[in-house]
Amino acid sequence: MKPVLAVKDLSVTFRTEDGPLSAVDRVSFDVGDGEVLAVVGESGCGKSVTAMSIAGLLPRTATVDGSVELDGTELIGADKRTLRSIRGREVAYIFQEPMTSLNPVFTVGHQIIEVLRTHIGLNRQAAHARAIELLKLVGIPSAERRVGDYPHQLSGGMRQRVMIAMAVACDPKVLIADEPTTALDVTIQAGILDVLRGLRERLGTSIVLITHDLGVVADLADRVAVMYAGRVVETADVHDLFAHPEHPYTVGLLRASPAAGRHADAQRLNEIPGLVPVLTEQPDACTFADRCPRALDTCTSSQPQLTDRPHRVACWNPVREPVEV
Amino acid sequence: MDSLALEVEDLVMHFGPVRAVDGVTLRIRQGSVVALVGESGSGKSTVGRCIVRLLEPTGGTVRLAGADITHLNRRRLRPHRRDVSIVFQDPAGSLDPRLSVGDIVGEPLRLMRRKDISAKVSESLRRVGLRPEVAQRAPHELSGGQRQRVSIARALISEPRLLVADEPTSALDVSVQAAVLNLLADLQRDLGFACLFITHDLSAVEYLADEVAVMYLGQLVEQGPRARIFGSPAHPYTQALLSAAPVPDPAEQRARRPVLLGDDLPSAIDPPPGCRFHTRCPVAVDTCRTVVPERRTIGEGGHQVACHLVNDDGTGPDVRPVASQSQLLSPGREAP
Repeated sequence: MKPVLAVKDLSVTFRTEDGPLSAVDRVSFDVGDGEVLAVVGESGCGKSVTAMSIAGLLPRTATVDGSVELDGTELIGADKRTLRSIRGREVAYIFQEPMTSLNPVFTVGHQIIEVLRTHIGLNRQAAHARAIELLKLVGIPSAERRVGDYPHQLSGGMRQRVMIAMAVACDPKVLIADEPTTALDVTIQAGILDVLRGLRERLGTSIVLITHDLGVVADLADRVAVMYAGRVVETADVHDLFAHPEHPYTVGLLRASPAAGRHADAQRLNEIPGLVPVLTEQPDACTFADRCPRALDTCTSSQPQLTDRPHRVACWNPVREPVEV
Repeated sequence: MDSLALEVEDLVMHFGPVRAVDGVTLRIRQGSVVALVGESGSGKSTVGRCIVRLLEPTGGTVRLAGADITHLNRRRLRPHRRDVSIVFQDPAGSLDPRLSVGDIVGEPLRLMRRKDISAKVSESLRRVGLRPEVAQRAPHELSGGQRQRVSIARALISEPRLLVADEPTSALDVSVQAAVLNLLADLQRDLGFACLFITHDLSAVEYLADEVAVMYLGQLVEQGPRARIFGSPAHPYTQALLSAAPVPDPAEQRARRPVLLGDDLPSAIDPPPGCRFHTRCPVAVDTCRTVVPERRTIGEGGHQVACHLVNDDGTGPDVRPVASQSQLLSPGREAP
């Protein structure tokens, strides 16, 4: 089956005062119809830059190479008109902070209606009715009343639900959710994850879920791409990845993630020593080598490529034995 | 009897009409770690700020090692300053960017007019896993994890009896968070200070807290030994908190369904009557809407809960849906 979104050899370099900065290095992944792909990694790994580059949201200091195909249409290097017709309509975004994406001086209904009128050309009445439907779809109680609320009248969780309603207003093929629950409390997060799950089931929306939280990945993802220092280091089916992580970084991340009920007797959590490198250019070596407990000589002299199996790993000395996490 | 590092009695902190903290009672024994857990707006950080007297409480008392510091003025507070330190969530915001790391770490000692400050700074930096040369650097030259180590070094240089750690790892990446949590656990074991660990993340404190206190909308709803809180949480809110945090295991995570509490957090200006949690509680009954639940001791080990529905022996409703064993074992689709 053809993927809805196909990212191939995507590289992003920023021009900075200190010279070029490589943020994303030849990242490739596919997202199938109705599939949830989680892109997971820590600060600075390039996951958000990858997400923003998909629909051309990066500033002009960024140079983007490679290919992003949405349903067969190439987006990298596409003209402004093509991008404008795709953004919001075929690819929609939700971000961590809903308040920065909502206009404080208009009601949430007004903002959803505007999306519906601009992109789909609904008349005012139809758009109003559809806005209420959308608010119901994302689980906002008494939507008929809430449609007239201003963003500041809503709780953080409600605002994120409104953002999701706006994002899916045009029934996009791909929803890019960049840390959608990171700013929310856990009891609120659970509800938002439920909404995203519902969208995939009811509307068949493909979702690219950008997150640092392996618990969120475990909850929602079908497949996972683990990023480190601008590269995808491992990608696999979610069950396979958690049961048989092969990249030492993935293993380290899993072991470092605390989970209630699992550390009662533990004296310490597992750490990953060292720091994420800041790269002016991508070296011909594994970028994780100097933090890796399994590093070989090869790792510092040659860059490992992703293997070709369904469970793909970029590592010269992958973990094959069962791991205890 | 063990001596107490901290006694907080019926603490109240109101900001105008906002009732941020409304009657919190908490004790920390010398050398033990209490985790104060709650979500945004629960008032947990305000409790921390009252304890280190960044705020003067509206009511109640705060005793540090037996001394009542609730309403002491600046001058009379000074002798008690060395007894308690605080570490904040955002090290970038709490370290003066114009000072060198050495000046930042040594500042508490300078205020106490101590001698040999630079030797103590080196020692304190070494203790938190930083090289003494870091003293010459500016905070912005350090990574987030290193900055948090600097905050910890500053907090511990006066050898306080009590460390208040307010979300010390929330702004950090998972791998760095683990290192800072380990460091705090090691230091606590070696130096023996008492610690109030304020966090929104129950899972982060499981292995370092001796006791856990859970806060909701300005009040404690449950507190007790760690094993009791994690093993047999009695309050529906504690149960919901535990069930809501997703576990990093797809098969297990998909078998469990979180308790959905709804998004509308009541306001601390006009908290709900009766039990403050009743508007979001899945098992609330009429009594909960009108009568404020008393704090009661249930079972052993000082496990306390404020809920009408929990029996004196600790039994009561469990709002967490039960996943059957077969669902837990089968990978793949989520539970119906």
